[in-house]
Amino acid sequence: MTSLTLVRRIAARPSIVFEALTSPEGIVHWWGPDAGPVLLAETDVRVGGRFRVRFRTLDGSEHESSGEYLEIVNPARLAMSWRWKGGEDPGESLVEIDLRGIAEGTELTFTHSRLRDESTRRSHEEGWNGALDKLQYHFSHSIERRSS
Amino acid sequence: MVNYNTQLDRTFAALVDPTRRAILARLEREDGASVSELAKPFAIKLPAVMKHLDVLVEAGLVTRSKLGRTVTVRLSPQPMRAALDWLRRYERFWSGSLDRLAVYAERKEAEARKRGR
Repeated sequence: MTSLTLVRRIAARPSIVFEALTSPEGIVHWWGPDAGPVLLAETDVRVGGRFRVRFRTLDGSEHESSGEYLEIVNPARLAMSWRWKGGEDPGESLVEIDLRGIAEGTELTFTHSRLRDESTRRSHEEGWNGALDKLQYHFSHSIERRSS
Repeated sequence: MVNYNTQLDRTFAALVDPTRRAILARLEREDGASVSELAKPFAIKLPAVMKHLDVLVEAGLVTRSKLGRTVTVRLSPQPMRAALDWLRRYERFWSGSLDRLAVYAERKEAEARKRGR
């Protein structure tokens, strides 16, 4: 249910943007929230192939994300699953990138979605909602008793 | 981190339901409303609305206070703020990444043109 969409216009043709998005040589130049270094970048660019990227942010903390390429239409579209390693956000989310050729180069539309699906589902399974159901049960019963 | 995630799970689980989102949206516009006022716009019965309020209270998204016979419901902004902060972290991550991706791709484009392709 939770998603993020960003659009960028880039003065480069779609094939160059696609290469930058998918090649380890490209990824080390841009992946991460700040100018901290990319420590490892592996990609196997085919449907069912995987990527793994480890990076350090300027505050010194290290993070790793990985996933599977779900759709590859070179140079127009890329979809991949996304998962953080370790204690960061649990569950699997979805990254989709569409590249459209425009006069000045490429319009890139980026979407990161299903950001909370898995953990929401898990919280249901772990009984949080079960506990609530019980609360609601007691609550509705006490109302019925009051009204009778 | 674990507690943080549990709280976020609760927030998002509570936000999944459209009736609960409508209640929150209304409480954002008005500073507090009674349970019966909140129930009015919905085609569901009062107990069903109260169940939704239970979920919102449990998630810490609203508070209930009783004065005489009237229960007033108010928005409790902290969990929403935490949820927005969490989403903003993703925005920072990708915004920074895509900015640098653009710089890199534009340099590659310039190089390709120099080579006459």
